[in-house]
This record gives sequence, C-alpha cells and structure tokens, in this order.
Amino acid sequence: MPDKKLFGVTALFDSPDGILNAAKKIKEDGYKKYDFNTPYPIHGMDDVISSKPSKLGYITLFFGFSAAAFILSFMWWTLAISYPLVIGGKPYFPLPAFVPITFEFTVLLAVLSTVFGMIAVAFNLPYNSHPLLDTEYMRNVTSDKYGAVIEASDPQFEENKVKEYLKSLGGKSIELIYEPEELKLKVFEPRFLVFLTIVAVLSSAVTYISLNKLMYLPPFDFMLNQKKGSAQEESSFFADKHEMRKPPVGTVARGFLPYEFLGVADTNQFYGNPLLPTKKVLALGQEKFLTFCSPCHGNYGDGSSRLMGQFPPGPTLHSATVIGYSDGKIYNIITNGQNVMPSYAYQITREQRWAIINYIRVLQRSGNPKPSDFTAINKTDKESGNVQN
Amino acid sequence: MTKDYSVELEVIEGNPSLRALDDVIIKPIDARPTKKYNILLSITVTLLLIMAVCIGLTFYYGVGLWGNNQPVAWAFAITNFVFWVGIGHAGTLISAILYLLRQQWRNGIARFAEAMTIFAVICAGMFPIIHMGRPWLAGYLIPYPNTHLIWPNFISPLVWDVFAVSTYLTVSLVFWYVGLIPDFATLRDRATNKVKKTIYSLFSLGWRNSSRHWRHYEKVYMILAGLATPLVLSVHTVVSWDFAAAIIPGWHSTIFPPYFVAGAIFSGFAMVSTVLIFVRTVFNMEHIITIDHIEKMNKIILLTGSMVGYAYIVEWFMSWYSGTPFELFTAMNRAFGPYAWAYWVMMSCNVFFPQLFWFKKIRRSIPITLVLVILVNVGMWFERFVIIVTSLSRDFLPSSWHNYHPTIYDFGILFGSFGLFFTLILLFAKTLPVVSIAEIKSVSKDAQPGHNGGD
Repeated sequence: MPDKKLFGVTALFDSPDGILNAAKKIKEDGYKKYDFNTPYPIHGMDDVISSKPSKLGYITLFFGFSAAAFILSFMWWTLAISYPLVIGGKPYFPLPAFVPITFEFTVLLAVLSTVFGMIAVAFNLPYNSHPLLDTEYMRNVTSDKYGAVIEASDPQFEENKVKEYLKSLGGKSIELIYEPEELKLKVFEPRFLVFLTIVAVLSSAVTYISLNKLMYLPPFDFMLNQKKGSAQEESSFFADKHEMRKPPVGTVARGFLPYEFLGVADTNQFYGNPLLPTKKVLALGQEKFLTFCSPCHGNYGDGSSRLMGQFPPGPTLHSATVIGYSDGKIYNIITNGQNVMPSYAYQITREQRWAIINYIRVLQRSGNPKPSDFTAINKTDKESGNVQN
Repeated sequence: MTKDYSVELEVIEGNPSLRALDDVIIKPIDARPTKKYNILLSITVTLLLIMAVCIGLTFYYGVGLWGNNQPVAWAFAITNFVFWVGIGHAGTLISAILYLLRQQWRNGIARFAEAMTIFAVICAGMFPIIHMGRPWLAGYLIPYPNTHLIWPNFISPLVWDVFAVSTYLTVSLVFWYVGLIPDFATLRDRATNKVKKTIYSLFSLGWRNSSRHWRHYEKVYMILAGLATPLVLSVHTVVSWDFAAAIIPGWHSTIFPPYFVAGAIFSGFAMVSTVLIFVRTVFNMEHIITIDHIEKMNKIILLTGSMVGYAYIVEWFMSWYSGTPFELFTAMNRAFGPYAWAYWVMMSCNVFFPQLFWFKKIRRSIPITLVLVILVNVGMWFERFVIIVTSLSRDFLPSSWHNYHPTIYDFGILFGSFGLFFTLILLFAKTLPVVSIAEIKSVSKDAQPGHNGGD
C-alpha cells in the first residue's frame, strides 16, 4: 500500500524481562521516537522512558491550594459580606467550622484537575483514531504480550533496518503500522442535515405546544383555575360577606409616623431643618428636586415650567418672598400643598423634603451671589486648573 | 510448621496465564445471563419496585406515612443513610489505603469494593433527600446565587455532610473510572460485536497501554489514593458530627468520629465479604478471590469490630465519668429501656460474634464467615438505629418523650434500598470486569522482570 504513510514498526515480546532488555537496548542505540505497550505497568520501565518522575503532582498541588483559597474566601464572602448572619452566636468568620468544607472541596478539585490533566493534557486522550489502535499488535498488548514500537518519525528510522533490529532484540510478529486514512466527516451529508432539521422542528413544536397550549388544558391548568377569593367579591365564607380582609380598627402600619403639624403654616416654631447641606444631602435634594419640583418650577427654580400651557406655571423660587420663607414654611408647602400645588407627602419622604429645601437654598444663593462667592469659586477653579475668566 | 516470610504469598492461585485471566474475568460479560442470574435480578428488582412505590406514596401523601414523630424525627431515614455511607467506606479503604500500604492482595477485590462504594453512596444519598419530604428543595443546599439572596449555612454539620458525601461520590467515581480505563481497552480489543466495540472504545478513550502513559498513570493513581485516604476518614467523621455537634445525650461525644469510622470500615468489609463470597462462586473466580482474601478481610473485621466494641464500653464509662445524670440515664435506657432488644442485637452481632474470628478455622470457613458477616451487617444497622432512636425518643424533658414505631413504608424503603444496591451490583457484575484485569495481571507470577536480567 504505497499511498499509505508508515507510522512505525512494532514487535511483540513474550516476557517482561524480554521487553525491559529490549527497551534498554533501544534507548542505548540512540532511538528517540519509541514506545512500549504492556498489559500492565512494568517495573523499571519508567527509568527507560524518562529519568525524571511524572510532574502531574504539581497540578494536584496548584489546584488543591487554589480550591482551598477559593472556598474559604467564598464562605467568608457569603456569610460575612453578601448576607451577614449571626448563627449560634458565632463570629462571621468561624475558621474551625469552615475547615470541613474547605478540606472536602480541596480534595474534590485536586482529584478532578489531576485526572483531567492526566487524561486530556498528559495522555492527549480521547484519541480513538491513533494508528496503533485496532491492529493485531494492540490486541496482543492489551492481553498477554509486551510490545515495542519504533516510529517512522525517528531520525534513525529506515524500514528494513528497524525490522531487522527488532528481530535481533528477540521481537516476534514484526508488524508495519500505517497512519489511518483521513477521517471523512459526514456532518454535511444531506441525510444528516435533514435529520437535524427534523429534530429542530420537532423539538421547537413540542416545546411550543407544551408551553403555550398544553398548559392551558386540563389537568395542567390547575394553576389557572384555583379556588380563591378576590378583594372586591362577595364572600360566602366570611360573616361580613366581604372577600377582602380589612385590618382591625386601630391597626397601624409598620414604620408609620403620624404628622403632627397638619395645618400649621410654619413648622419652624417647633423645629428647624434637621439636615446639614452636605454633599450627600444636596445630591439627594437635587435628584428629588429634578424629579418632583422641576416640571413646574424649572430646573433652576426660576419658574420656567416644562408644562407651559397644560398646567399653571409654578412661581419662581428666587423671589424675595420665597427667599424670605423659613425652612419650616417650605416644608409645610411641600407636605400639604398650596394653591394649585398638591401635597407631595406620599411621593417624597420627610428626609427627602428637607434635602430638597437645602437644595432650593443653594439655587437661591446661586441666583443672588455675593462677591465672596466669586472669590471662593475662583479659588477652587484655580486649584483644579479650570480658570475661565 | 515453618514458613518463609521473606517470600510474599501468591495473590492468585494456580498460576494461570494472562490470557486465561482475561477469559475468566470477561466471561460473565460476554456470556448470556444465566437462569440463576435472572432469578436474582428479578428478586432485587422487585425490592427496588417496592421502594419506588413506597417513595412515590411518600411524595404524594408526605412523610406522615412514616413512623417519624416529634421528637424522633430522624428515625429510619437517617439510620439508613448512616448505614449505607458506612458500607461504602470499605471500598475506598481497600482501593486507597491498602494501595498505599502496598497490600498486593487488594488487587483482586479492589474493583468490586470500589463499585460497592459507589452504589452504597448512591443508596445513602437518596435518604436525606427523601427524608425532606419535598425533595425538589434539595437544590438549596448547593451554594448558588438564588433569588432569595441567601446562602447555605456553611457552619452546619448537615451542610458539611452534603459536601462530604457528594465529594466522596465524585472522587470514588473518578477513581473507579481511572482504574477501568485500561480494562475498557482490553474489552475493546476482545470485542467482536460492533456495538460493544464502539461503547468500549468510547469509554477506553483510545487507551493503548503505552509505557509513557503508565508512568503518569501510576503516579496519578498514587496521588488519588493519597487524596482518597483522608477523604474516606473525613466522610464518616463528618457524618458523626451530625450527631456529635448536637447536645442530645448519647450523641454529644468526642469519641464519635473514630468510633464511626471504625464502624464504617467494619460494616463495609462485612458487606464486601457477603457479596464476594457469592461472586467468587458464581463466576468461578475462586483462584482470583481466594480463601486468603476472605481470611484477611475477616482479620480486619475482627480488628474494627473490637474497636467498635471498645467504643461501646467507653460510652458507658463516659456516661458515668461525665457526671451528667442525663448521659447516665441515656446509657441505662439504651441497655434496659424500651429499645433494649435493639441494643443487645447490636452488642451481640458487633462485639460478641466477630470475636469468633480469633480462630483460624472459622476465619477460613466460608459458610461460617458468611453467617457472621451477615450478622455484622444486621448489627451495624441496629447500631445506628440505637444511636438515633434511643437518644431522640428520651432526651432531657420527660414530657416530650415519645416512642418510635416504624410503619410498613419505612420497612418498604429500607428493604427496597437493598434492592437498589443489589440491582446495581448485579448489573455491574454483568457489564464490567468485576476484577481489575490490569491490576491482577501485575501481581500474577513472573509478571515483573526478574533481578537476574531475564537470562
């Protein structure tokens, strides 16, 4: 078969001693591309193959330590950072209690990585198209013979010379092994494509029908047709004939705080703005102002309403009257409304209202700046290298 | 009688040729199932179906079908879980610890024991899940980012259990498969049937018995054995913490981890013996799984049985020495209370009967060994029953005492789990080599090069 490429020459030996002596000789004689196939590991063969021990243990070491580090930090993150829980009065990072899982996970990852590394990286398996497979030689060495193979890629390789050489070492059943023919992948065969199409159509049809049709047919529609009461329906079960269960009289919702100053025009007589105009408070105030106030009062509080023509425009907040309002009075207006402005008590929390007031004061200050403000701005601009005038 | 102890005993009797070993090990796989095999399989599958029905009813009606009550909430399910996990331990001990100790006789029985480990852990893993009553919630034990934004409680011994048992199952499975790869290659090259050949090729991954591969393979086998050894000791230790970390009298004890591990190996070896005695006869493997194997396993059963007996006695001592009236009461309640019969079944099967193995004649007698190892299995099941039921049914508060009575569903699931186990064993014996072909060849006579250079 001249069109086939030669892979190598094989020989069989009857005893472990025979193969070991042959192996030593082959190595001595300077061959490089050789291998031995034995039904079980032969003592002393490792030294012929390589003088150094297998390095696969480093995979175990690396992945074992990585697994330990990962799972320890993972448990710390879940129980102390992501969802901190005090369990049995123990600290968030109880190291002794984390030891068992750390150990188990270390072993798990070390074993899986070592075996994967051995099979896929060191052995380059699966490799079911290897030339040696499915030969008479392979059938013998997986049972009771000990085989040697010298590959054609060896620099010293000469077909007839190697055949004689293996015979001289005591090898029997010399066999020439050829590379297998190129695999023809049948993936793009029309038959297979038609099969794939049918599978795709069938599985999408089954999925569609079961999710969109079947689920609405008995007995799968039990979720749709449950016995239940709706809030506005008449009840045959409860004595008051109402399906809706109202809370008992006097029930107070969690977190509810009564507003004591309804109708008081200026709450400043009781208390002032509890929030200081810090960066955080002003950012909150700006956000809420732009959301709730700016549609009528304008983005800068100057009364340039975006709803011009649809709703009466809000007055400017830069007028002397508004500047003269106390914080408590503005708070009362936001809470209770004024003229056509409705109450915002349900949209804006108390804290947010005070933050908005702080922000309004900033807007007012920027509308009527003092000379000292310019000095301050110039100073900060100079420091940040942002000089414009 | 003088013996030359410098020469190792032959592991295989009769010095068969390597090909003859292939033939005898692969014969059950190639031959059509016999009538005996079919009868055995029908019995085990019947048991399996009984379990399936009982579990189905349990899922439909809820765990109220079982005899579990408050305070005995763990009852049969956890007893069975601990029992089956324990059975698994012998497999890893044989395949990993005896490998590290260079015990060559293990090669004949390692494959079978490893398979038993996997099947026993499968049986064991089932019980905590069905014990939940709502088995679909088991997924919450896996730490994954869920919509509740919460994580498993990694401080709980029950979560340690999940990690320990699932790691154990995975590692055992990988270890088993790594050992099977060369055997799949042998099967592949013997197969004449095209379908069989394809399946074996797939699993053999194209293994070629290359010396370049064997070099890494042996190293990795050593590493796996080294990792599996502390793992197997850790698994039953973690299981024992399920109990020892609680404050129930009779559970809260520091001797539990070594006591459980010894008990696990004890029961595991008993189960390996029970099954192997049948396998060697049915498959004509008396020369591979020899009477020496049985004797060596009986010695280990004697040793671990004595360790378990020692633990029972230490429990008595500690209940007195601790000065806690509750501990002393629990010890007395075990021996003379409503479950005294279970306690004395456990004592006699685990402590007294295995002592007969001091006699060489009994160690080497197959029928007596079979009776004794079955008794050990019974005794070890009752050990877990005694630990769980006596402690839970009578704890600190007499007002919450409640005796436990199992129902027919409890028994159905218990016997059904044996059905599952033996069905898997029978299927394994028919589809895969029950003895590691490569390993048994490596310990046959003249398998290794002589020191005279082969002249």
